Amino acid sequence: MTIAIVDYGSGNLRSAAKAFEQVANERTNTPQVCVTAEPDIVAAADHIVLPGVGSFADCRAGINAIPGMLTALNESACVRGRPFLGICVGMQLMATTSLENGQHRGFGWITGVVRQLAPKPLEDDHLDGLACRLPHMGWNQLLLDQPKQPILHGLSDGDHVYFVHSYGFQCDNSEDVLAHSDYGGTVVAAIGRDNLVGTQFHPEKSQETGLRLISNFLRWRP
Amino acid sequence: MLKARIIPCLDVRDGRVVKGINFTNLVDAGEPVAQAKLYDAEGADELCFLDISASHENRETIYDVVERTAEACFMPLTVGGGVSTIEHVRKLLLAGADKVSINTAAVANPDFVASAATKFGSQCIVVAIDAKQTSAQTWEIFTHGGRRCTGIDAVTFARQMVDFGAGEILLTSMDRDGTKQGFDLTLTRAVANAVDVPIIASGGAGTVDHLTAGIREGHASAVLAASIFHFGEISIQTAKTSMSRAGIPMRLKEKQKR
Repeated sequence: MTIAIVDYGSGNLRSAAKAFEQVANERTNTPQVCVTAEPDIVAAADHIVLPGVGSFADCRAGINAIPGMLTALNESACVRGRPFLGICVGMQLMATTSLENGQHRGFGWITGVVRQLAPKPLEDDHLDGLACRLPHMGWNQLLLDQPKQPILHGLSDGDHVYFVHSYGFQCDNSEDVLAHSDYGGTVVAAIGRDNLVGTQFHPEKSQETGLRLISNFLRWRP
Repeated sequence: MLKARIIPCLDVRDGRVVKGINFTNLVDAGEPVAQAKLYDAEGADELCFLDISASHENRETIYDVVERTAEACFMPLTVGGGVSTIEHVRKLLLAGADKVSINTAAVANPDFVASAATKFGSQCIVVAIDAKQTSAQTWEIFTHGGRRCTGIDAVTFARQMVDFGAGEILLTSMDRDGTKQGFDLTLTRAVANAVDVPIIASGGAGTVDHLTAGIREGHASAVLAASIFHFGEISIQTAKTSMSRAGIPMRLKEKQKR
């Protein structure tokens, strides 16, 4: 079994790769983790991970810059139904549109719009450092909308995960939301449909909870 | 809701951790990756490495430290110290850093912050400001590890850095650093109220109450401390529990998941 982590120039893939390797090594059939910019390898992989940091437009341009990559992703995720995990901007790319610095088209896999967060202030202004600021940066708690989704197996309401983002995914269909968080309003934390899942937070930075989600993903046979 | 973060900071010189007292009198306190693992296990919310190697050659050691840490710790890692080119930022991110902190180079060349933020995203660009009080409500920026005064107002500079794309400000009070008398809360609040990005309070934490005050009175989003954690005076778990009891939302230890 191979897991392709798609490398399209979006910064730091080492920590993502290491987290997947750590989990993979704990499994008996030791899946192979491969950081790759080759559409052929992506097309052949059993599981696909699309990380993403920076701006939506830059990430989108990075994928477009690799001939055949978008086709390979579409083919794998939408035609062959391989398990796909988008992380942070990698999740946002699954949307119809993003409004980050202009209007940009996403893959259109999960209908929704990526918009800037607009957190409301807390009543206790002593905690001003924990509200209203952008990016939404740090550890926040998950509230599971679909606790039975296999990717969330073993996770509970209130588990902490690490976020760094200023824009959020607004799903058109509430059934696509797997989990959310509260940051002066609702922030979509995980989305999914069929073989597609995405996390706004960084499982590779979320210690035990994140590693558990990665382990679930590697086990997942949608 | 979002939790306040505790960030232990390891000063690293030539690949080894040292402790800083007023930026001089450096004392060896151990091996960076081992300490990082310990903090990871203790529930630190992030880690920070500050590379204080004097020479260019010795600075190369930080990449190895970052790589080995990223292999062992699945938590956010910020690395700073001598970062002055896009190439430095890229190498640190590729080695496994999640955020890079820029200090002297941000003052010398503010456009560098803008180009780094454009290239890698604001989420990974931290601007580190070392400030010293010059009158009742004024603080000035110091660079080169606190040795050089610039005459630049800290609050104005923080605003400019955020306009240029800094995603977070690491604010150190030079007056308090190493004193264990607590953060400069007036400074912290002045900067926190002037910008919309998260502020990390630094310099002077000696007790858990100081950490609490950094959040409640300083309006910081995170608190950074070195010596109080390094020598086991206070464990991170104890600090988090006490801060939580004081009414601060904290991420307390979670049970084993796998």
